[in-house]
Amino acid sequence: MEALAIYQRLAEQFGDRILETVSKKPDPFCVVDPAAIVEVAQYLHDDPELAMDCLSNQSGVDYKDRIEVVYHLFSYSHRHGAVLKVKLPRENPAVRTVESVWKSANWMEREIFDLLGVTFDGHSDLRRILLPEDWVGYPLRKDFVEPLEYHGISTVRESPILRLDPKAK
Amino acid sequence: MNTLRTEEMTLNMGPQHPSTHGVLRFIVRADGEVMREAVPDVGYLHRSIEKIAEKVGYHGFMPYTDRVDYVCAMFTNQGWGMACEKLAGIEVPRRGEYCRVIAAEFNRIASHLLSVGTMAMDIGAMTPFTHAIREREMINDLIEELCGARLTFNYMRIGGVGFDLPPGWREKALAYLDHFDPILEEYNALISYNKIYIERLANVGVIAADDAVNYNLVGPNLRACGVKWDIRKDIPYSVYPDFEFEVPIGSGQWGTLGDAMDRYMVRIREMAESSKILRQALKQLPPGSVLAKVPRNFKPPAGECQIRVESARGDMGWYVVSDGTAFPWRVHVRTGSFAAMGITQKLSRGLMIADLVTLIASLDVIAPEIDR
Repeated sequence: MEALAIYQRLAEQFGDRILETVSKKPDPFCVVDPAAIVEVAQYLHDDPELAMDCLSNQSGVDYKDRIEVVYHLFSYSHRHGAVLKVKLPRENPAVRTVESVWKSANWMEREIFDLLGVTFDGHSDLRRILLPEDWVGYPLRKDFVEPLEYHGISTVRESPILRLDPKAK
Repeated sequence: MNTLRTEEMTLNMGPQHPSTHGVLRFIVRADGEVMREAVPDVGYLHRSIEKIAEKVGYHGFMPYTDRVDYVCAMFTNQGWGMACEKLAGIEVPRRGEYCRVIAAEFNRIASHLLSVGTMAMDIGAMTPFTHAIREREMINDLIEELCGARLTFNYMRIGGVGFDLPPGWREKALAYLDHFDPILEEYNALISYNKIYIERLANVGVIAADDAVNYNLVGPNLRACGVKWDIRKDIPYSVYPDFEFEVPIGSGQWGTLGDAMDRYMVRIREMAESSKILRQALKQLPPGSVLAKVPRNFKPPAGECQIRVESARGDMGWYVVSDGTAFPWRVHVRTGSFAAMGITQKLSRGLMIADLVTLIASLDVIAPEIDR
């Protein structure tokens, strides 16, 4: 099934909880009401004609005025895919976890939590995955400023080339 | 026996353990030799590659993609190139695509050789590792002639590849393949059909096919569970439709379908298939240029796309968002090792501690690819 036909079907099934369908190439996507994401995900997974048995990718994007969580779904039996998005506010972004539908969401949601600070309600093990547990801030946010030191280890240094250049002194 | 007091131990394995292929750490809760659970702790190799992409621009990011997975850097190169080409609508010249496939398939053999070699070593057989590395060195020599590097290649460009095949390289490559095919038989005789080896691998870390799909396992790990799925065949990209090759899947003939032995054998058989593809590609190599005209100040139109490449560790997904400037707005790589590590906690329950090493080796996880 074509991606746009899938979104059409979702719109028929879920009405105004599918907020928007964007048919822009190369990858069209549809925006889902964050409160309905688990129901939509479960429907996509269970419906025999859609059968999205694989959450192939889940990631987050910071657009400065909002944070989006992007779900790339795929069906091995029908060989079609779909892209879902939820738009969240930048202050305390939170959405329900889809871990109950696809187990692979567990780690990918931990990564989004770690790097973008999105909270996934109902997640079984939501803690930092790549960064140390005591890290402050979310590096993939556009306004993240790297701290000058971490536990007394400096993150900046003077360029050794400047030291060699007599004009720089 | 009921009066025997047992106690649960918490053990630390890694991050500097020889079998963790890079820096991985497990916190193992064990009762005697049987694990209750092994909780993976990753992130020791996190280099914020996705953030770097937002700062260095499209062309400048190509060398960084090598570091996403330095054991099969050709595929990360190709993934990044393909994502940018899809965003900007660039068509790669046919010879460029052939060069990509040739470089990538050689890299797949090299990566699988490292995987099966280190796997034998982790399990306790030292000699097969030296055989595997010997063959891998020759591929490194070939690739070095191609692009000047042996590990982080930076061979591909947006729109094609950096260099055409040097004079005489094709003959050398074909000669290597003639040498390699019998070596694979020798390697099988040395280790693959060794009774002790099979007994260490069979029935260890069995993954059911629906679990594999649900946990998003990809590549050889997925195929070993009996799912016949290969991006090269099923969502063809580049010039793969030009070639005839098989997709090996797990058979369960040594134990249970989806066990460590199946994952090992799928890799062995894939090397033979890669060799087949390489012979066809080297034979059919078309003339022409290898690089499309791409502006130095590359600015793809605003938009987003996802592409999928069949890397040595399976379906690698690149998600790229462009805002129309010379710098990508967001880049995300979903890698095979990341998904494979996600399932280890579940698989470790009830496994022997010694089998954890087998499990990690058979999933072929590469730490930089998990952490990026």
